[in-house]
Amino acid sequence: MDATDTLLLELTGVTKTFVMHLRSGAILPVLREVSFQVRAGECVVLNGPSGIGKSCILKMIFGNYRADSGSIAVREGRQWRDVVTSSPREVLRLRQGLIGYVSQFLRTIPRVGALDLVVQSARDNGIEAEIARERAAELLARLAIPQRLWQLPPATFSGGEQQRINIARGLVATHPLLLLDEPTASLDQKNRAAVVDFIRHRKRSGAALVGIFHDEDVKRQIADRTIEVSRFRA
Amino acid sequence: MRTREIPLLSAEGLTKFYGDRLGCSGVSLDVYAGEVLGVVGESGSGKSTLLSLLSTQLRPTHGCLQYCMRDGVVRDLFALGEADRRFLLRTDWGFVHQDPRLGLRMGVSAGGNVGERLMAVGWRNYGRIRAEAVDWLARVEIESERVDDLPTTYSGGMRQRLQIAKNMVTAPRLLFMDEPTGGLDVSVQARLLDLIRGLAADHGLAVVIVTHDLAVARLLSHRLIVMRHGRVIETGLTDQVLDDPREPYTQLLVSANLRG
Amino acid sequence: MTACASYNFAYLDEQSKRTIRRAILKAIAIPGYQVPFPSREMPMPYGWGTGGVQVTASILGPDDILKVIDQGADDTTNAVSIRQFFARTTGIRTTTSTQKATIIQTRHRIPEAPLAERQIIVYQVPIPEPLRFLEPRESETRQMHALEDYGLMHVKLYEDIARHGHIATAYAYPVMVEARYVMDPSPTPKFDNPKMHLSPALQLFGAGREQRIYALPPYTRVVSLDFEDHPFARTRFDAPCALCGALDAYLDEVVVDDAGGRMFVCSDTDYCAGRRARAAGPPGAAT
Repeated sequence: MDATDTLLLELTGVTKTFVMHLRSGAILPVLREVSFQVRAGECVVLNGPSGIGKSCILKMIFGNYRADSGSIAVREGRQWRDVVTSSPREVLRLRQGLIGYVSQFLRTIPRVGALDLVVQSARDNGIEAEIARERAAELLARLAIPQRLWQLPPATFSGGEQQRINIARGLVATHPLLLLDEPTASLDQKNRAAVVDFIRHRKRSGAALVGIFHDEDVKRQIADRTIEVSRFRA
Repeated sequence: MRTREIPLLSAEGLTKFYGDRLGCSGVSLDVYAGEVLGVVGESGSGKSTLLSLLSTQLRPTHGCLQYCMRDGVVRDLFALGEADRRFLLRTDWGFVHQDPRLGLRMGVSAGGNVGERLMAVGWRNYGRIRAEAVDWLARVEIESERVDDLPTTYSGGMRQRLQIAKNMVTAPRLLFMDEPTGGLDVSVQARLLDLIRGLAADHGLAVVIVTHDLAVARLLSHRLIVMRHGRVIETGLTDQVLDDPREPYTQLLVSANLRG
Repeated sequence: MTACASYNFAYLDEQSKRTIRRAILKAIAIPGYQVPFPSREMPMPYGWGTGGVQVTASILGPDDILKVIDQGADDTTNAVSIRQFFARTTGIRTTTSTQKATIIQTRHRIPEAPLAERQIIVYQVPIPEPLRFLEPRESETRQMHALEDYGLMHVKLYEDIARHGHIATAYAYPVMVEARYVMDPSPTPKFDNPKMHLSPALQLFGAGREQRIYALPPYTRVVSLDFEDHPFARTRFDAPCALCGALDAYLDEVVVDDAGGRMFVCSDTDYCAGRRARAAGPPGAAT
């Protein structure tokens, strides 16, 4: 298969600078001319010291942060879409079917139980209620969340439990491009292994993954390439 | 979430002057079916004026407003007759007031309140009207035994949920909400927001919600517009605006909001 | 009785009568629609039938025969006062007979005897707006009528059923006129509502304090509001009139002694008297 057929994500010259108006307009350049490619079936890991802008890159791919210049091209079927120039609704649409994101922290919603949070994520991505419930239950079980916790809102759960629910939210739909921001940070050995399994499974199904991992062992198991983000320091 | 090419509601250059005083100026926006659009800003920002203009309760000084009717035809709302506009407001649209006493008839039972819209569109079977009212009360978590009680006997949160039921009964496509959680206890707010979020998702409802509370905006809206001194100063996806605010005022708003 | 010379015919000046007749004509042209009119000062206070009196005054001619009833009776104080008022200011003939009258002014009842073409019945109306108790704003109710926005009217009936198990409104029962306007029939008992439907007579309604006139031209369709599963039902009485035996008349309860004794008699005094007269007549006469 031609290399270009498997290309799913391409960043070209992406730049991000924050202007802190509350600090008299202090300019904080973060990233400059970020460029790299990611193909179907591979996992690219972003490396670098804390604060260098690794999360920032993921957030720009997801459309959460807005890049100042450059392009973030994602392939949708036979078409290419540029997240940087997409309208807000186009970005929402890309998130629905194409770009998934596992954030670092779980955002809880009052009164909504753990299972429902995962179901909601599935439904937001266009999955039917019945199937959404099945998949959510399966994931939570695989991630060792006991059933008695499924109806409870996770605000009072441990950090590890919250993170696993977060992962479930990110994995419940099958996005061709998956972004992972420290998904194993608060997990014990067993649960880390479960997450590694999931990631491997996704890779085999042809998903492209971009992630930030601190655990060297996990990186070794899943990373196909690493990118040193300090190269792009502004 | 469904994507539609034609926006459900489309505003172009909406401007309202009260004599010399500016209510809002040059506001253009689109609302699509199935999405929640949040309008945030502090008091005096013009967000309430905007909501009144969008729901045609106020006429703009300049600008136009278009709506895609159920039959797919896009109509200029201010060119419609008063009868047609009122009909829209009663069937296709809903309006949830900040103070539920404005949106309810306090001297009429809960069932009567919920049934009013149905009776206004010609329902003439008491049994069916009552059954529908009880059904909707259940959906907003009000026990069916309270169907004959007056809203004066209801708590603030219950009144607000009743107001929502009253609006939802004709399956509107567009709901306007003006600070629906104002004045409610935090736990009561949570329950109400949960309900609104569920209804919007389950019924593919488009919602325009005015709030000064960024946590409410974050929880409910897909997209956000930020208003200040009658103008839109920033717009984008909710997470874009709240996580990566670009305008000085937006940054101020986000940083000042403890929970946002 | 000859007319009192120092007053104009029927008390009002001709200009006022003309203005009121214009309002009446407009009301007839739009059945059930409340036409505003400039109410004149009458020699009786508001709340005592000034609206009805102004309508009657505007349409009275020298050849008219006037009947005035109050709660169906010709001999109550109000009926007597108003009848004498017109007699003194016009010199026309008055009567207690429904059949003989050309104009009948009434408070709160429609006569039992069916009315004929060329008769006019004038109702005294306190509150002309049927939606008033649910919607106090005049600006709102006007819009509702203009836009046929009548959901609220059924809300009132719904509330009745929810509270009492049936539509409890016993008088001033709202009606739909020619499938267009909702109208308050004045505080007549709902028993009388069917009489308004397709009546051969002209029906005029005057509210003096509220300054409104409305009308039902002859043979107008008048339908009482109801629900499919709670249809409009006329009041039925358990017993006939204690005096004349009528089974189909509206009865008043009359207390006869201090021991709580009571009897039910026709509220329409003329009808009752007529039935009794015929009953006492030659053998073979119908009862």
